Amino acid sequence: MKALRWHGKHDIRCDSVPDPEIEHPRDAIIKVTSCAICGSDLHLYDGFMPGMKSGDIIGHEFMGEVMEVGSENRKLKVGDRVVVPFTIICGECDQCRRSNFSVCERTNRNKKMGDTAFGHTTAGLFGYTHLTGGYPGGQAEFVRVPYADVAPVKIPNGLTDEQVLFLGDILPTGWQAAVQCDIEPTDTVAIWGAGPVGQFAIRSAIMLGARQVVAIDNVPERLSMAAASGAITINFDEESVIERLNELTGGKGPEKCIDAVGMEAHATATLDSMYDRAKQAVMLETDRPHVLREIFYVCRPAGTVSVPGVYGGLLDKMPFGMAMNKGLTIRMGQTHVNRWTDDLLERIQQGQIDPSFVITHTARLEDGPALYETFKHKHDGCIKVVLKP
Amino acid sequence: MHGVDIHTQRAYERKAARARSMARGLGYFSIGLGLAELFAPQVFTRFLGLHDRETLVRSYGLREIGTGLGVLSSADPSSWIWGRVGGDALDLATLSLGMDHDNPQRDNVVLAAVAVGGITALDLYCAQELDASRRVSQAPDYSRRTGFPRGLGASRGVAAEMAHVMRPRFVTDPPRVTPRTLASAR
Repeated sequence: MKALRWHGKHDIRCDSVPDPEIEHPRDAIIKVTSCAICGSDLHLYDGFMPGMKSGDIIGHEFMGEVMEVGSENRKLKVGDRVVVPFTIICGECDQCRRSNFSVCERTNRNKKMGDTAFGHTTAGLFGYTHLTGGYPGGQAEFVRVPYADVAPVKIPNGLTDEQVLFLGDILPTGWQAAVQCDIEPTDTVAIWGAGPVGQFAIRSAIMLGARQVVAIDNVPERLSMAAASGAITINFDEESVIERLNELTGGKGPEKCIDAVGMEAHATATLDSMYDRAKQAVMLETDRPHVLREIFYVCRPAGTVSVPGVYGGLLDKMPFGMAMNKGLTIRMGQTHVNRWTDDLLERIQQGQIDPSFVITHTARLEDGPALYETFKHKHDGCIKVVLKP
Repeated sequence: MHGVDIHTQRAYERKAARARSMARGLGYFSIGLGLAELFAPQVFTRFLGLHDRETLVRSYGLREIGTGLGVLSSADPSSWIWGRVGGDALDLATLSLGMDHDNPQRDNVVLAAVAVGGITALDLYCAQELDASRRVSQAPDYSRRTGFPRGLGASRGVAAEMAHVMRPRFVTDPPRVTPRTLASAR
């Protein structure tokens, strides 16, 4: 089969590899009909995430048709159409029973590595480093899905791939980011990053009833898409984020702040950004946390900070004293995808939201490597890429 | 720019106006410098100790005048300003010819190189600002991609019942001791 494989920094190729096979009776093999390139795939592409090996199949946003099921899998049958969440979950461990699916205790088959890196392991993820199990990813023609009798979401007839594909990651990620803000009808929700997760966080905050939603980015078309949903926009290259947010909140700052940027903040005109760039260049810091610093500064005291943006390792010069003294609540983590999928699928069916609005580019799997470049550099108005194997 | 907040829109307009005004300034400067180089090249060659290079300086003058006219007459002067950046590089390369220790005007050459360096920085900044403004004006129009098939009005608060499902337990299950409020403290 054809699959996109990581061969090193900025080196992704569409290679021929052996087809996957059932390895465990709970497995299923999925023929991928649509998959997407995620912003967090760019962290792999840019070489910021440790634990990748040359030849790893990448991709964790995918859906398709069930081709084969293991003998103990009672949930799926051949021909079912499913979206596969990026978190692999067992459904039986203590964390899964509490719906904390992204920290499933059993699915990381490199548990020791996870324990060493994080103190305690987190869930296995598709196509996202050996720290999270080294599972082959979904930017491929076929994928082996472990524990396939738990996480895959069956899709009813009448919905297109484009409407449901993002149930596997970015829609519930934006949703969870907003839900964990505990939004009140009087709240201003400020969202840094108007990429795909930011776009869904904006729509989620509006659906959850925020008084005003503010989107912060410097890419004109992303701000245009954010404004389409009723968000107030701030282009951080042209306007002072802190001044504008204070203006919009009567000088008090937003109650709820969402960091949908993560480790690769692109702000360049601030001292702390230059400091991060310099430290990162000499490998003394892994992440560039400019957004988090700004959020700690501008967030209203007793406010909530929600972090769906991916961070990988060590963050320097974090004003934690500021966060502590202001009594900020900080909530973060990989998404507990299956906690939200049933509800969100129903909302898609009811027409409350149509996630396909975010797709700007559709291409063949073979075009994937070129599309990584397009997506990374935001060329051609690129916000979200869907690949069709 | 499509659909963005009025403040952002105004910031874009200010940025574009600033860049255009800067480009115009550089255009006039280019023509002025070009005329001086064309009609009084010996002033430059004497000052820099670059004797017998009057023809070269005149040709640079023509280049400056051409670029300046291009900047002033073009609706999008970005490529002309990038042309100026190329010309600056040529000027610096030419000045390096006068850096020999046996040139008695070497100090003047260094002074001129610093000045050209400053102008290059201005040209670079202006070209980047013009490009950024063009990127804004040419950005794809996503202002209809609401994601809300029922419209924005019908979508506000449509999922409000989900807003507090992750509310911390200490809020949903208050502790038995009632927290002291301002009213109870009186």
